Amino acid sequence: MIAEGLREAGLTDVHLLVERTNLVARLAALAPDVILINLENPRRDMLEESFALSRSLARPIAMFVDQSDERAISEAVDAGISAYIVDGLRKDRIKPILELAVRRFHAFARLQGELAEAKSALAERKVVDKAKMLLMKRRNIDEPTAYALLRKQAMDSGRRIADVAEALVSIESLLGDK
Amino acid sequence: MASFKIGFLPLVDAALPIIAHEAGFAQKLGLSIEMVRDPSWATVRDRLIYGQTDAAHLLAPLALATSMGLGEVTMPLAAPFMLGLNGNAIAASARVSTLIAESGVKFGDIMGMGRLVAEAAKTFAAQGRKLRVAVVHRYSSHNYMLRYWLAACGCDPDRDVEIIIVPPPFIAAALAHGEIDLSCVGEPWSSVAVERAGGVIIASTSQIWSRGVEKLLAFRTALLDARRAEVEALLRALHEAGRLIEDHSHIDDVAAILAQPAYIDQPKELIARALRNRLVLAPGAPETPVGDFLILHQEAANFPWRSQAMWLYSQMVRWDHATLDPRGFENAASVFRPDIYRSALKGTDAILPGASAKVEGAIQTPTGAASVGGRLILGPDSFFDGRAFDPDRAMDYLNEQMQQYS
Repeated sequence: MIAEGLREAGLTDVHLLVERTNLVARLAALAPDVILINLENPRRDMLEESFALSRSLARPIAMFVDQSDERAISEAVDAGISAYIVDGLRKDRIKPILELAVRRFHAFARLQGELAEAKSALAERKVVDKAKMLLMKRRNIDEPTAYALLRKQAMDSGRRIADVAEALVSIESLLGDK
Repeated sequence: MASFKIGFLPLVDAALPIIAHEAGFAQKLGLSIEMVRDPSWATVRDRLIYGQTDAAHLLAPLALATSMGLGEVTMPLAAPFMLGLNGNAIAASARVSTLIAESGVKFGDIMGMGRLVAEAAKTFAAQGRKLRVAVVHRYSSHNYMLRYWLAACGCDPDRDVEIIIVPPPFIAAALAHGEIDLSCVGEPWSSVAVERAGGVIIASTSQIWSRGVEKLLAFRTALLDARRAEVEALLRALHEAGRLIEDHSHIDDVAAILAQPAYIDQPKELIARALRNRLVLAPGAPETPVGDFLILHQEAANFPWRSQAMWLYSQMVRWDHATLDPRGFENAASVFRPDIYRSALKGTDAILPGASAKVEGAIQTPTGAASVGGRLILGPDSFFDGRAFDPDRAMDYLNEQMQQYS
């Protein structure tokens, strides 16, 4: 998603590295101007070592984003991104890239959150359906009555309907006769 | 209530702040601690620098490099409290440990082991693939102690072997898959390598330098100045945690706390080994006592000796990680803040050394030293090759070493 955003912004030479092995060698081959990496990627210590080594080989120096713009870096770190900029890239080009990455990252995180929410809503509906089926079978009642029973139990015990349903289903699986 | 977010890597020597929190010492002093676990030192450092954390469990050389502008980011840091001395083991893959078993060199013969590794390195290089050694970070005590050891045993660490960076939790897998031949990492990760990857522990850094500088608690200097009283209270909580850990009757409880998913997330039996200074060196072997393997508190281990920072700077220059600056030794030493340690622990039962620097490696047998409050006995702090580092003659020491390898 970040890569897509960068491409839309007119940066054509965007490469996404997903393999876990050979990261340093792949980077050396690509010789990028900017490297964006998840702040919590455990391979960052290896990456920084490779930058330190290439410095002693007098190749382009990689460094953290321009330190004078602390707010931009701070925001990136808060968003969970760290960036390494190869020295020589114009400073005014760095900031928009980083800002774009941060915006995209936030959007991505929001999307993930919404997806997780949708998934859990779906799971809840399923468990409520299951509980209703159990009640209908056990008590020989119709669906609206079964739902009303669940709702009443939820209200009486101060819990959510999904939680009551969940408890019912797990008790049934423990005590149930099949 | 003043609160501190403290960044850390899952390692046994993160014990003091964890126990200060879990055992209620911080709370008793009106502080709350939140521990923030990360998978890489770069992340721990960045969170500290950009204010996501207030303090960090950090490699001492990384704190120096960050303060002195050697790495990716520059930020003045201050270290008023060390989190322990040593605690790293050197483990070998099956291939190298077979060579060692055949040679008859035993664990504990650190010079013999070093010469053997130097020899193996030459054999490996002749076969077209250099002996690959993993350390956890460029700016780590692991890197400098390992290099010191290899160099003194006739092996040029820059030419004869390949030193690569592997984060602690990945060491076991790297040894198992033959990606690396040797590793130097803090506990419990060598013990994990023994249990799960058939690794064999062949040495400990405490055998290289018996009181070697290791992790420290780092603060941004600005935060330390602004919250001085709270920082000093935190140091007192850490001191109490150290006393509890030092009392070996609590080891099982301490290990159980450290083993929790939020902290090290590894079996408490493996964590207890470092706390007891008893390691299982090879799969299925009985425990072997490794004296002074990890010193978390005793003998004023938490005191930030400026001479330790200066030794680290000498090694940074020696291995071309820093350019020699006439003020370099002083700059490095100024990151360590014994003045704050003394001010925080004055009036407690803590031992307060009178001096701020010592000749590193000069003590052969437990020796009394001048101190205010408490009786200070310093344990042997010798280097395995018998050399000593006199902070007043730091340049001579460096020149001598540069002639050996540089």
